[in-house]
Amino acid sequence: MRDKEGVLLAGLAEHGVSRRTFMKFCTTLASLMALPAASGVAMAEALATARRPSVIWLHFQECTGCTESITRSHSPTIEGLIFDLISLDYQETLMAAAGHQAEEALHKAMKDNEGKYLLIVEGSIAQGLNGAYSTVAGRSNLDTLKEVAKGAAAIVAVGSCASYGGIPKANPNPTSAASVSDIIKDKPIVNIPGCPPIPVVMTGVMAHFLTFGSLPELDKLGRPKAFYGETIHDRCYRRAFYDQGKFAKTFDDEGARNGWCLFELGCKGPVTYNACATTKWNGGTSWPVESGHGCLGCSEPDFWDAGSFYKALSMPANPLKVASGVAAVGAAVGVAVSLANRAKKGAAKAAHETTTLPDLEK
Amino acid sequence: MSELQFLTWVRGPGLDLAIGIFLMGVLWRLFEIYSLGRKKDLAEPRSVAGASGMSTVFRRSIPPAGMLKNSPVTYVAGYVFHVGLAIIVFFFAPHIKFFQSLLGVSWPGFPSQLIDFVAVLTIIAMLVLLFDRITKPVKRYLSTFQDWFTWALTFLPVLTGWMAVQHLLLPYTTMLALHILTVELLLIFLPFTKLFHAFTVFGSRWYSGAVNGHKGVAV
Repeated sequence: MRDKEGVLLAGLAEHGVSRRTFMKFCTTLASLMALPAASGVAMAEALATARRPSVIWLHFQECTGCTESITRSHSPTIEGLIFDLISLDYQETLMAAAGHQAEEALHKAMKDNEGKYLLIVEGSIAQGLNGAYSTVAGRSNLDTLKEVAKGAAAIVAVGSCASYGGIPKANPNPTSAASVSDIIKDKPIVNIPGCPPIPVVMTGVMAHFLTFGSLPELDKLGRPKAFYGETIHDRCYRRAFYDQGKFAKTFDDEGARNGWCLFELGCKGPVTYNACATTKWNGGTSWPVESGHGCLGCSEPDFWDAGSFYKALSMPANPLKVASGVAAVGAAVGVAVSLANRAKKGAAKAAHETTTLPDLEK
Repeated sequence: MSELQFLTWVRGPGLDLAIGIFLMGVLWRLFEIYSLGRKKDLAEPRSVAGASGMSTVFRRSIPPAGMLKNSPVTYVAGYVFHVGLAIIVFFFAPHIKFFQSLLGVSWPGFPSQLIDFVAVLTIIAMLVLLFDRITKPVKRYLSTFQDWFTWALTFLPVLTGWMAVQHLLLPYTTMLALHILTVELLLIFLPFTKLFHAFTVFGSRWYSGAVNGHKGVAV
């Protein structure tokens, strides 16, 4: 293990990252997060001399896709190195230790960095049966989260599961899955939703934490505003086609080949707040809409239950269930009312008395 | 409840409920109205009743002589917002997608800029009509709660829809959900208020024309 006290810039140099490249990275991060230009320098200075903070990463009900996204897709880039250079003291996927050794590492990190470590949570927390649906080392995720959160300086909920409950919480939510913020109320929590989230968003938040000692400005769903401030639709390069009414109707028609808007194929871009359209994925290579598939809305709460991915936003989320039954009821009521009206008419006719001349002379 | 959850509710259970009440109400009222029947008129028709009925259906869309000059606001603004509503409702691409999902048929839409322009015209026309109804003593005297209520029911979907597209006031997701919610309110109340004229207008015109023709006042 690398020396805990070692500063970040030395580590970067070891990896062949020049100061120039590092400055460029910091300035990019600062501008991505809409911070003033001088912040890039501040960030670089703070990061270069920052002690590698202790990070504990807990996996709960998840698929490890978030870890995959952050480690693998960016491993040759500087983001990957920064990630490599924090003191990741506990991460079940990446750590070499196993069994009791791993548990010891967790408890040591908690004890040594009491009140200072950053807790990263990936996955939702099962609450049903006192959390028995998901356990690690014989302890429920619920217990582990409560214990580890106690000494954390801040918590980062990575991915839609940790942020909102995600797929484990999807209907009918058999494990009573909940998000981190549903359970922990007394710590600063930042949500980085997405399935998986964008790597640079993750490193951006960590850089902010290291530089300013605080979490970035958040929206009301606890997401950093810098990355989740605008919808995919508003930043989409295909937006012009939406405005012109040019839509792909199927995934292989001429519209699709011409790169027209995917709204009619179910794109959830208009209601999804994320930075995919600007930062893109895989080192800026592409992103879902660019590769021809509509946005699923994965960074929004309950996206899994928001109707089919392939239904346009203006379409009913689910097939209408009561319509035909209710139509029959309506017709039946109509017939019943008309029968009542006819009966009334008939009764009036029967009760009608003919007026005769003598009646009038009375 | 987050914005997307609100939107999912109005696109799901809310829509189901609204369309259900709408269908029930429409069928109920149509059955009720058309089953009322009329007494058989034993007199020999003075002229062809059906033809008079047909011509009345169209003739009543044209202002009678002098009326356009008499109350231009009612006619012009009335036309603008009725035609505007038809264009917005049936020719905006997302709306066509909605009808397609329910009915299985689709048709080409208009560019969103044109729809946007028509929406603004419709909003202005409806506001002018409201102002006219408030300021003209006779109109105000004749107005009941239902007149104000149905104006609001019709106006809100147009306003929220336009504001959603223009990203005004609230986040798009919330505004879109409000738009769908106001449309659902419109659907729920349509069969039980004067808005039901959408279904009965041509039937009642035909009936009036036919009766008049039968009596010898063919028009």
